[in-house]
Amino acid sequence: MIGILDYGAGNIRSLGNALERLGKQFFVSQDVNELQRADKLILPGVGEARSAIESLDRVGLLQWLTTIRVPFLGICIGMQILFEHSDERDTACLGIVPGRVARFDDTDLKVPHMGWNRVNLKAQSVLFEGIRDGEFFYFVHSFGAPLVPDTIGTTEYGRQFSSAVQHKNFYGVQFHAEKSGNAGLQLLRNFSELC
Amino acid sequence: MLTKRIIPCLDVKDGRTVKGTKFVDLRDAGDPVELAARYSDEGADELVFLDISASQETRKTFLSVVERVARAIQIPFTVGGGISTVDDVMRALDAGADKVSLNTAIVLRPDFLLEASTAVGSQSIVAAIDAKWSSNGWGVWIKGGSEETSLDAIAWARETVRLGAGELLVTSMDTDGTKEGYDLELLRTISECTRVPLIASGGAGTKEHVRDAITLGKADAVLAASIFHYQQISLSEIKEYLQKNNIPVRL
Repeated sequence: MIGILDYGAGNIRSLGNALERLGKQFFVSQDVNELQRADKLILPGVGEARSAIESLDRVGLLQWLTTIRVPFLGICIGMQILFEHSDERDTACLGIVPGRVARFDDTDLKVPHMGWNRVNLKAQSVLFEGIRDGEFFYFVHSFGAPLVPDTIGTTEYGRQFSSAVQHKNFYGVQFHAEKSGNAGLQLLRNFSELC
Repeated sequence: MLTKRIIPCLDVKDGRTVKGTKFVDLRDAGDPVELAARYSDEGADELVFLDISASQETRKTFLSVVERVARAIQIPFTVGGGISTVDDVMRALDAGADKVSLNTAIVLRPDFLLEASTAVGSQSIVAAIDAKWSSNGWGVWIKGGSEETSLDAIAWARETVRLGAGELLVTSMDTDGTKEGYDLELLRTISECTRVPLIASGGAGTKEHVRDAITLGKADAVLAASIFHYQQISLSEIKEYLQKNNIPVRL
């Protein structure tokens, strides 16, 4: 069963609706003892990095997350906090993936980066099984992750940034898979069934 | 490259979709959940639902529509109409909306915008501005376009961004429902002096109008209602046309 980490700031409803549509069983919890029983974990996220990190810490999930062995999917802020650091309120993150997440600050750009953009696949990953290279996904974010060896998908907005990463059992996507139509559903299906 | 979004707007009254011209004269246009699913299938990039009855009695009906829509579609959607407290914002997001559109309440009490954006993040807050031209420039109107304020639309747009709006939904009351095209001057002026995405609204009648809102009005997204409800132009027809005009779209 999939465990959705609830730290009080995620858009859990949308993710739940998407998993229901796929016929996947899930539960929502912020209790380590309960979450330990999940065979997959998803951390959805909206808002900003600092409050996500602080909320996870407050409910005792932050340290635990670095030790898990089951497949983990971080969405949006849930992906950004896999990196070492976010410039958003100068926040130390989990450090599972190297690099700093930095604000889009090109003066010609509208911020947030909001809407449908392409994800160009950079490495083989079962997460994108059956999804075409250059598929559109829905993004809403003001900070972008750097290109690193763990990058599996990139997107262009003023610069190239990591829109999907994978490090061992940790997967992260910057876009909102739960809001990205059929391609997003396929990605969640892949995570549920193949990862 | 980030694509330009096409956003059908559904005005919902007592659980049904309606559409009028220049904010009056409502006509029934169908079941909002059915329409939402149809638009989503046809390639809508996002949807907007406005609760135009917005009385206490109908608020619950509307939230149940929001819940049903959230289960029926897998694309982002915004809800608006009568949202005036942080609790209202939370209720809409909890029902499954991705963003809320705030209009009258933030004009009457700008601090509400700051409170809402602090509570849920700017990415979920759309500031909706109904603007009407007069000899003094574009004025801001509230309460569904029935009441004039002393605010200047351009200055107010900038102020909403300062208070935490993550996106602007700019409707020209002069062109709304006329199908004679968007108010390009209004759109461009606001788009050039703010740094958040701008949704153009009011006046779409042809695909050329949609193109012009993007190229000349510098809009990041275009919103339209009646041209879709009555199937005058399909979403794919508009998107193919935009692509031919070198405007990036999701196809």
